[in-house]
Amino acid sequence: MTLDLSLLPDGGLQWLIGSGDHAGIVLSSRIRLARNLAGFAFPTRAREGERLRVLHQVKATAARLPSLRNAAFVRVDECSRLERQVLHERHLVSRELVGLDRNNEAPAAAGVLVTGDAGVMVNEEDHLRVQVFRSGFDVLGALRHAEVLDMELGAALPYAAHAEFGFLTACPTNTGTGLRASVLIHLPGLVLTQEIGKVLQGLQHMGLTYRGLYGEGSDVLGNLFQISNQTTLGRSEEDLADQLVRVVRRVIEREEEARGVLSRDAGYIIEDKLWRAYGTLRHARNLPAEEAMNLLSGLRLAAGMNLVSGLSVYTLNKLLIFSQSAHLSHTAGRMLTDGEANLARARYVRQILANEARLPD
Amino acid sequence: MVCDTCRERDAVVHLTQIVEAVVSQVHLCEQCAAARGIETTVSTAPKSPLGDFLQAVQQQAAQLPGDAARCSYCGTSLRDFRASGRLGCAQCYGAFEQSLRELLRRVHGSTRHEGWRHEASDPDVVAREATLAALRTRLSRAIEGEAFEEAAALRDQIRGLE
Repeated sequence: MTLDLSLLPDGGLQWLIGSGDHAGIVLSSRIRLARNLAGFAFPTRAREGERLRVLHQVKATAARLPSLRNAAFVRVDECSRLERQVLHERHLVSRELVGLDRNNEAPAAAGVLVTGDAGVMVNEEDHLRVQVFRSGFDVLGALRHAEVLDMELGAALPYAAHAEFGFLTACPTNTGTGLRASVLIHLPGLVLTQEIGKVLQGLQHMGLTYRGLYGEGSDVLGNLFQISNQTTLGRSEEDLADQLVRVVRRVIEREEEARGVLSRDAGYIIEDKLWRAYGTLRHARNLPAEEAMNLLSGLRLAAGMNLVSGLSVYTLNKLLIFSQSAHLSHTAGRMLTDGEANLARARYVRQILANEARLPD
Repeated sequence: MVCDTCRERDAVVHLTQIVEAVVSQVHLCEQCAAARGIETTVSTAPKSPLGDFLQAVQQQAAQLPGDAARCSYCGTSLRDFRASGRLGCAQCYGAFEQSLRELLRRVHGSTRHEGWRHEASDPDVVAREATLAALRTRLSRAIEGEAFEEAAALRDQIRGLE
């Protein structure tokens, strides 16, 4: 199967647009719902035939639903390794569905439905993982959209549920609502002022947790954190999302305060750091992924502190996703080695900054 | 394999040493490794709610004779669950209900779902779907085993439910 990314509505990347509340700090808001179909073993326990039946049932149902009728459907297990990695770099599928944890072999009958800002993973750890992405800080908007999707799916498919425990999931940490509400947030101010430890510790007292850019098991790179709810049972979806919103609002305030302190007490140092980051990104010929992430974080901070103008959040978001290895390989039309990807990354970043940044000298 | 140092106990620590570009293998028992300052005990302190949770299952399973108890629908045992942290199917929640209720309370602070419900996932429908799935499995086994009389009876039962 050849994956034609142009067939995915907005490339599945509508959230990159950089609109929405606090888009300079909160890159995206996401809602994920874990659901299983009654009458089938959960995917990890199910035989291949059972997984295929689930996939076909979901696909046939989606074709009748208003919210998913126009979704693109991708058989992830029939994609090449590179194509699967591209989907993963776009956050459309998880590590598990891509098979990154199992020698790059995708699980049998793995699929994903993609619309502009929503998707449904099929046969991940649970039969269904409904996802909605929003640009900026809009957790409640994402929740409302997810509810519509879930109501449509739940009316057409018999979900596995328990009168007391709610929706039943493979992992008991998701039981109940199956809800993971999260934001992808950029916190360089708190990192530079060394306040981040306290903030992250505070999250845990508030029933929240954090991860890196690519979710569970991924490293924190480029000062990007994914903050999400920790528990899923005993509180309503709205309550859980509200709690996240309240705490994240506070984190945004702390980040803004930290940026204020930085520009007041260390203005020229910060400014110099940011221009150096820009200089490297604009002219480097060899750019390793991790270095690029950190320099892009500097650039995002510069834009957020109004130290530079003429650099949009959209451009920064695009650089973040399209400068990743699988995307560079996909553009090149073949799997690049790490060394080749570093050269291609430098070329790509130079080009975008030359075309899209309107910076003063 | 015997420990390289004491030549008595079983070696449980296997180290690859590189000294001046010469690679050598060293095999040590726990005591001799400890004497050399090599940490062998892995901390069992849970770092996540799931770790906490699994440890709780482990403790509980040790107390309950039902460690080997299996879910009659998918065959997952409490022991499997302990190893993987994943349940095999929706019926596991019924099969291990007692243990799970306690553990859900520890992880989430509650066992009562307060969120959305869907008509189609009403427990009666769910139970019917589960029965149907079990009957379909029995039907295909009956056909494979050429037990046609049983197969016919199962087929009628399935039609009735559908």
